[in-house]
Amino acid sequence: MALSETPVEIAAEPAPVASPQGYWSGVGARLLRDPLTMICLGVVALLILSAVFAPWLGLADPYKGSMIARLKPIGTEGHILGTDEQGRDMLARLIYGGRLTLFIGLTPVVLAFFIGGALGVVAGYVGGFVNTIIMRTVDVFFAFPSVLLAIAISGALGAGIVNSLVSLTIVFIPPITRVAEAVTSGVRALDYIDAARATGANALTVIRVHVIGNVLSPIFVYATSLTSVCMILAAGLSFLGIGVRPPEPEWGLMLNTLRSAIYVNPWLSALPGVMIFITSLCLNLLSDGLRSAMNVRD
Amino acid sequence: MLSYLIRRLILVLPVAFGVSVICFLLVQIAPGDPLTAIMPVDATADEQAAMRAAYGLDKPLPVQYAIWIGNLVQGDMGKSIATGRPVAAEVFGAVKNSLLLAVSAAVIAFPIGIFLGFLAGYFQGTWIDRAVTAVSIMGVSVPNYWLGIVLVIIFSVNLGWLPSMGAGPGGSSAWEWDWLHMRHLVLPAVTLAVVPIGIVSRTVRALAGDILTQDFVQALYAKGMSRVDVLRHVARNAAATALSVMGLQLGYLLGGSILIETVFNWPGSGFLLSNAIFQRDLPLLQGTILVLALFFVAMNLIVDVAQAAIDPRIQRT
Repeated sequence: MALSETPVEIAAEPAPVASPQGYWSGVGARLLRDPLTMICLGVVALLILSAVFAPWLGLADPYKGSMIARLKPIGTEGHILGTDEQGRDMLARLIYGGRLTLFIGLTPVVLAFFIGGALGVVAGYVGGFVNTIIMRTVDVFFAFPSVLLAIAISGALGAGIVNSLVSLTIVFIPPITRVAEAVTSGVRALDYIDAARATGANALTVIRVHVIGNVLSPIFVYATSLTSVCMILAAGLSFLGIGVRPPEPEWGLMLNTLRSAIYVNPWLSALPGVMIFITSLCLNLLSDGLRSAMNVRD
Repeated sequence: MLSYLIRRLILVLPVAFGVSVICFLLVQIAPGDPLTAIMPVDATADEQAAMRAAYGLDKPLPVQYAIWIGNLVQGDMGKSIATGRPVAAEVFGAVKNSLLLAVSAAVIAFPIGIFLGFLAGYFQGTWIDRAVTAVSIMGVSVPNYWLGIVLVIIFSVNLGWLPSMGAGPGGSSAWEWDWLHMRHLVLPAVTLAVVPIGIVSRTVRALAGDILTQDFVQALYAKGMSRVDVLRHVARNAAATALSVMGLQLGYLLGGSILIETVFNWPGSGFLLSNAIFQRDLPLLQGTILVLALFFVAMNLIVDVAQAAIDPRIQRT
C-alpha cells in the first residue's frame, strides 16, 4: 500500500473514536448484530421464562397420573406431546422439568464463578506461597475427569438437589480458578499495576479498581462456556439416579424412567433428551457469540 | 529430554497423593459409615463397635488413611462390602472392558475429528468450514446418554440390526474378538465417539487455520514447494497440540463412559461404579474412582512427555 494513501483515508473517514457509552454498550451492539446468538438468547430466555411461569401457563398437573392414559403417543387429543409411563402429561412435565434442570444446571456455574474467580484472582495477584497452595490443590482436582468427579461426589453424598448442587460446584471451581489465575497474573505483570502500588494503593484497592475490570470478561466468558457441560452433567446425575428424586419432573430423570418405554413408544421416550440437547446447543452458541462480542481470545 | 522426564515425574507425586486423599475423603463425606449398608438394623451397640474395630473404623482418620495407603501400595484395595470379593480384582476386570470401549471410541473419533478439522481449517470461511463447525458444535453439545438412547431406538428397536445392551450374546461379559461380540461394541463406541469428534475437529480447525496464516507457509509456497508437502509441514506443526488434546480425550473417554455404560449395560468400570453407589458399597466406589483417576494422571504424564518428544520447544519451558 502506498504511503500517500494514508492521509487521504484519514481525511475521508475520521478515525473511529471510542464510543462514548463505553465497553458494555459496544458488546451489546455487537450482540444485536449477530442473528444466531440472538436466536439462541431468545430460546434460552423462553425456556427460563416458561419454566419460571409454568404454574400460570394453563398446563395439566405434572404430577397427576392416570392408569388408563399411560404412554399415549405424541399428538394425542388433550396431550399434545403424549403421556409418560404413569399417564402424566408430557408437555406439562417437560416445561416444569426445565425448572429443576435449568436451576441445577446453571447455579453451580454461578457459584463456581464467584468462588473460583475469587480464588484465582487472589492466587494470581498475591502470588508466592498463597498461589502455590491454591493452584496445587486445583491441580489435584484436574486429575479427575469432570464426569467422574461429579459422579464420585454425588455418589458418596447420595441423591438430592442440594447434593447435586454441591458436587457440581466443586467440579467447576478448579477450571474457573485456573483461568482466573492465568489472566490475573498476566494483568499483575503490567506496569500500571506497579504504578498504582507505588502511589500507595493497598492490595484490595488495586484489585477492586485496576484488576477486576480487566479480568472479568475472560473469566465470565469462560464460565458461560461451562454452562452447557454443567447442565448435561446435572441431567446426567439424575439420569443415573443420584440427582433429583422421583416424582419430581426433571429432564434427566424423565429420560431414565422413560427408558422402559422405548419398545412401546420409542420417540416419546426421547423427548426429554431433545430438551437437554436444544438447551445445551443454545448455551454453547450463546457463549461463542459472547466470546466474539466481548473480544475475548482463548 | 531425560531431565524433563524426571522433572515431570516428580510433579506427578503430589498430584497422586492429592488424588488418594480425595478418594479417601469420599468415604468420609458419605452419610452414615461404610458398614451401615450391611449392618443388621437390630445390631446392638457392642456388635456395631466390634464390626467397626474389625474394619479399622474406630481409629483416628490419619491412621485410617495410613493403613489404607499402606495396603494400597501392596495392591490391596480392601474388600467389596456387597460381595466380599477383593476390590482390586473387581475393578481391574471392569476397567479392561471400559478400556476396550474407550479405545474403540477413540479409534472412531480421532481420524474423523482430525480429517474434519483439517478440512475446515484449510477451507476456512467456505461452506465446508461452516458445515464442519456446525457438526462439531452439535457434537460437543449433545448429551451423549440421550444420543445412545436415540441410536438404540433407530438401530435396535426400529431396524433390529444391532443389540442394545451387554458386551456379548446372552449377557456374557467374557470378551472375544468375533462378530457376535463386536456387534455389541458398535453402538456404545459410536455414541461415545461423538463428543471427542466435536472437540478434536474444533481444536484441529483452529490449529490448522492458525498455522496456515503464518509466514513460513507463504515462504514454503514461494520457494515452489508442492501443496502436499506444505500440508505435511503444517501437520507436523499441529501434531504436538493435537496429540495432547487427543490424549486428554482418551482419558475423558475412560472416566466419562459411566453414563454410556449405564445406557448400554456395558460391564465396565462405570457399570461397577453405579452398582457400588446403589449398594452403598463404599470401598468399591473408592477403589474404582482411584484407579480411574490414576489412569487419567498417567495419561496426562504420557501426553506431556510425548508432546515434549515431538516438539523440543516444550522441554525448555
